[in-house]
Amino acid sequence: MSENGVKINLVSKSMLDEMSLQEKIQFILTEVKQDVILVLEEGLEPDEEAKLIESTMFEIDPESFVGIEMESQREMEADSIIGKLFQRTPYGSRASMTVVGPADKLRTVYKDGNSIEAMVLEKQTAEANGAAA
Amino acid sequence: MAIGQKLKQNAPGEIFSWISQVFGKEQAKIGIYGPPNAGKTTLANRIVRDWAGDVMGAASEVPHETRRARRKANIQMSQDGKGLTLDIVDTPGIATKIDFNDFVEEHEMEENDAKDRAKEATEGVVEAIRWLDDVDGIILVMDATTDPFNQVNVTILGNLEARRLPVVIAANKIDLPESSPATLKNAFPQHPVVPISAISGYNIDQLYETMVENFS
Repeated sequence: MSENGVKINLVSKSMLDEMSLQEKIQFILTEVKQDVILVLEEGLEPDEEAKLIESTMFEIDPESFVGIEMESQREMEADSIIGKLFQRTPYGSRASMTVVGPADKLRTVYKDGNSIEAMVLEKQTAEANGAAA
Repeated sequence: MAIGQKLKQNAPGEIFSWISQVFGKEQAKIGIYGPPNAGKTTLANRIVRDWAGDVMGAASEVPHETRRARRKANIQMSQDGKGLTLDIVDTPGIATKIDFNDFVEEHEMEENDAKDRAKEATEGVVEAIRWLDDVDGIILVMDATTDPFNQVNVTILGNLEARRLPVVIAANKIDLPESSPATLKNAFPQHPVVPISAISGYNIDQLYETMVENFS
């Protein structure tokens, strides 16, 4: 980004639905490498998360990109008594929401079955932008 | 008598091969997975030492010490009449970010060495993820002193559940005072969670029993 601050994009389910796996991964990495934080209305499948991590590894550059911070939210098994009783989370299913951003700008502070609390490292961003300017 | 002790007193290969034949032979390729520094290689070394009198590789406090997957074939275990032959695959730690500066600042490495290590670590992560397609079950090693819901744990579990692979969670480092194995058990009630200390061997026999139950 050329200006100070952090850009956050909310990406709709319909936009994600139109993308193939490869397109989705490429889209995410392109945005994140430009210091954009993405909130995906429809979260990633576990295999998509694994593919994203794998693809991220090829993009890591010691001087410019250290990787991603990613958090996916999966809902409890609300339909079953066992799910309610034991707070089971179906990790093998698609996440209801995924937040992903550059690892040096985004920190997950807290996460539970209902919420993701993240912190944007604004100072670092400003410093990085200043250094790059 | 503890399983590990029993084994050390016997010549493992031939005896357990025979046991496997008599009581039912099973073979499984088991991946040891987890985030960096969870204790994967320490656990792999303990398993291999207890059941084959060998070692898998070097462990270190510096993250990403294991940067290539290592495999030890034909580890033969037995428990309560059930025989299990394992190929143990010790995988590099999976991470979503690898910053060479962490090696420089936290472990006093030279910059060029740190960059090399970071580069190799990225290749190790890719290799670990690709091994997911080729394992029959997983021991997911989690650090019982840290947040169990970190994204690496969640992503690995998600892939296992989606692939319907059996998993045993080893809640490691319970020898440390800040560990909370109960938190891990509560976090993943749908999977067997065994609190262990890979470094001291505490409760390791419970892990072996759980492995045989779940992988055979």
